[in-house]
This record gives sequence, C-alpha cells and structure tokens, in this order.
Amino acid sequence: MARCSVGQAEYEASLQMLDINELAVGDYVLLHTGFALQKISEEEAIETLKLFDEFEAFNESLDEEEKQSGQRIV
Amino acid sequence: MKFIDEFRDKAAVLALSEQIKKESRHPIRIMEVCGGHTMAIQRFGIPSLLPETVELISGPGCPVCVTSRAFIDKAIAYSRLPNVIITTYGDLIRVPGSTSTLDKEKAEGADIRIVYSILDALEIAKHNRRKKIIFLGIGFETTSPATAAGILKAEMAGLFNFSVYSAHKVMPPAMAALIDAGVNIQGYLGPGHVSTITGSKIYDFIAQDYGLGVVISGFEPTDILQSVLMLVRQFENRKPAVEIQYSRAVKPLGNPKALAMLEEVFYLADDWWRGLGVLNASGMKIKSKFAAFDAEKQLEVEVEPTREDKGCICGSVLKGVAKPSDCKLFGKACTPSDPVGSCMVSNEGACAAYYRFVR
Repeated sequence: MARCSVGQAEYEASLQMLDINELAVGDYVLLHTGFALQKISEEEAIETLKLFDEFEAFNESLDEEEKQSGQRIV
Repeated sequence: MKFIDEFRDKAAVLALSEQIKKESRHPIRIMEVCGGHTMAIQRFGIPSLLPETVELISGPGCPVCVTSRAFIDKAIAYSRLPNVIITTYGDLIRVPGSTSTLDKEKAEGADIRIVYSILDALEIAKHNRRKKIIFLGIGFETTSPATAAGILKAEMAGLFNFSVYSAHKVMPPAMAALIDAGVNIQGYLGPGHVSTITGSKIYDFIAQDYGLGVVISGFEPTDILQSVLMLVRQFENRKPAVEIQYSRAVKPLGNPKALAMLEEVFYLADDWWRGLGVLNASGMKIKSKFAAFDAEKQLEVEVEPTREDKGCICGSVLKGVAKPSDCKLFGKACTPSDPVGSCMVSNEGACAAYYRFVR
C-alpha cells in the first residue's frame, strides 16, 4: 500500500497492479477506486492536480448557484 | 507549471481549431465512448471550436448508463434480504430500478453503504463476519481490475462472507455493435482510462475490419482537439488506424499485471447493454473457480419483473442516434436532481453533461 495525496486529501492506494521496483516515493500515479493503475510522469500529475483544483472551484460555484436559486443542481 | 498551461493554452487551442477547419473537407461524425470525454467535451465547449464538417456524438461510455434495469432490480432484491450489507460506488445509488432505487431502499432501512474502493468493502466484511457483504461491480476495464483484485484478496484472507455481483463490461464489442447497427460514424475517440489498462491493440480490429479510425485521447482541450485532428487526417487520407494521442498515460500493451488479474478472475459472457441489447462476449462474469465470491451463485433471490420507463430515450442517446435535447422529458420531467433515466443520473451521462453545460 502507498500513501497518496490528492490536493489536500490523503488516500491509501494499493500498488498491486504495478511493478514496485519501478516505483519510488514521490512518484505520481493514476489513482482509481483505491488502486494505482499506472505510473505517470510528474508533468501529467501536476496537470491533473490543477484540474482537480478547478473541479473544486467549479463545485463551489455550483454550490453557490444552488444556494441562490434554492434548487439542487447536482 | 508551464507544462499545464500549454495543455490549456488559448493560442494552442485556437491553432488546433484552425488546423481542423483547414484540413476537414468531408463531413465526419466522431463518437466518444468514455464518460470522461463526454464531460470534458461539453465542459470545454469543444463543439464550438469545430467546423460544420465535424460533429462529435456521445456513445455508450458511461458505465451506470449502459447497466440494465434488471441489474438494479436484483441489487435491490439483495438489499431486502436479512443480514445483507450492499456496498457500492456512489453513482449507482440513485439509478432508477423498475419500482425503486437503492437510495430509497436505504432510506427504508436496508443496509447499503457507499464505498470509495472495493478494499473498503473488504474491511466491512472483515468487521461483520455474521453478515453477507455484496459488492456491486460495475464499470469497464478501468474499474474491473480493482474488482478482480478484491476477489483475489478476499480469497487470500478467507473472507467467505464477501461476494461480488458483477455487471462489468468490456468496451470493444459495443464499438463494433454500433457500426454493425449502421450508426453513422466515421471515427472513434478512444477511451483514455480504459486504455491505460487494455492498451491500444484491442481496437485494431475496428480499423482493420471496419475501416474506422480510433484515436485514444487525453482529457484536456488540446488533447481532444489534437485527437480530432488526427481522426480528420486519417479520414481525409482514407487511412484508418489506431493511434495513441494520450501517450503520457497509455502504453500499447496497457497494464499487464491488471490484465492478468482480469484473466484469472473473469470470463467473457453475453451481456445486455442499454441501447444496444445483448452483445456477444461483452460482459465479465466470475469464473467458477471463484464461485464462493459470486453473489449470483451464493444467494438466491426473487426479482420483480423489469419495467422500462416510457418516454425515456436513454437507449437512443447511448447509441448516438438521438441527442439528449431530443427527449421530451429532458430538463422537464427528467433533471439531475430527479432523474428518470440513467443518462441523467451519472455525472458521466450524456444527458447530465448536456443539462449542466449546454442547455
């Protein structure tokens, strides 16, 4: 198992699907349902992290919209 | 950080858009078969960057959407059994069954728990030895290896109160079935995350036997536009091929360890897809070697007769022959907060994406 951080959140991820010899602390992985599916380049990871920040902002804007309209959107 | 900006760079986006306009002469319809692409395309407004000759349509890429109502009905029936805990990913919980949803059953007292990972379901099984824990396995090759890993782990740990109800599916038969059904498409935007597991070779027959190009794409605006450009070039030159645009995450042979786990646990069986019907060797069922962890082998249950909703055209939307806005229910009787069909429930569904970004 590995400890992975996604933004401010920390997850445990199984490394069962990857070759441990090819992994090191500090690497980025494609994380899905608790498993690291693929090792990815640092550039790729940073990009994904930025996307998540945007999702967060997007979700906040949806929350705001919900508050103002009084309707549930998502 | 410069790297990220390049993937969203306005100048790069506009340059790609211009290039597509320049090179596309004949009408081409491109289908995406990945829920992530459905969202990204609408979210980034990709259609507005394309010339009239290029049309993007959504296909059966959302796992929740293609899952049969009979599966939901059976899951609900399991949840009504005594001493059963249902564990599921969150997106399944609001999908309408024939007369109920898992959400409603939960409100009425059924023990239904949303988990982030099958590993969490195994933990629940470990701490509830006297109960039967059923994990609802849905999704394509991105998700099915985790289910296989979970079953292997349950066997190793002797967790015989744990089982999986599998509706896992594989993507290539659906891609072939759409062409067989005469759906008017000239190329596929290949699924990015499915392909990290499967690699690209599984699509070779689409190019070789069906003469349609497949470009496995990433999820950024420039990724998608570049993939469209690659498909347009293939089409104009009449040279259909399988190409990987998302090369920073997808390797031609995929993830061999994950594929080995799938091979060990599952076999391919005929399966029903919303919009497409029964497709040969398109579903993943649990091998008899692991029958102890197969809910369908372990628990008998009576399931109510399946009833489909009248008026919902989710099946046609998944097949790419109708747009969400063609549906009479869209945005009126059917919204994300009160969905009638599965395409409106999941974030990855075409109807939900249209509702949020296009409407």
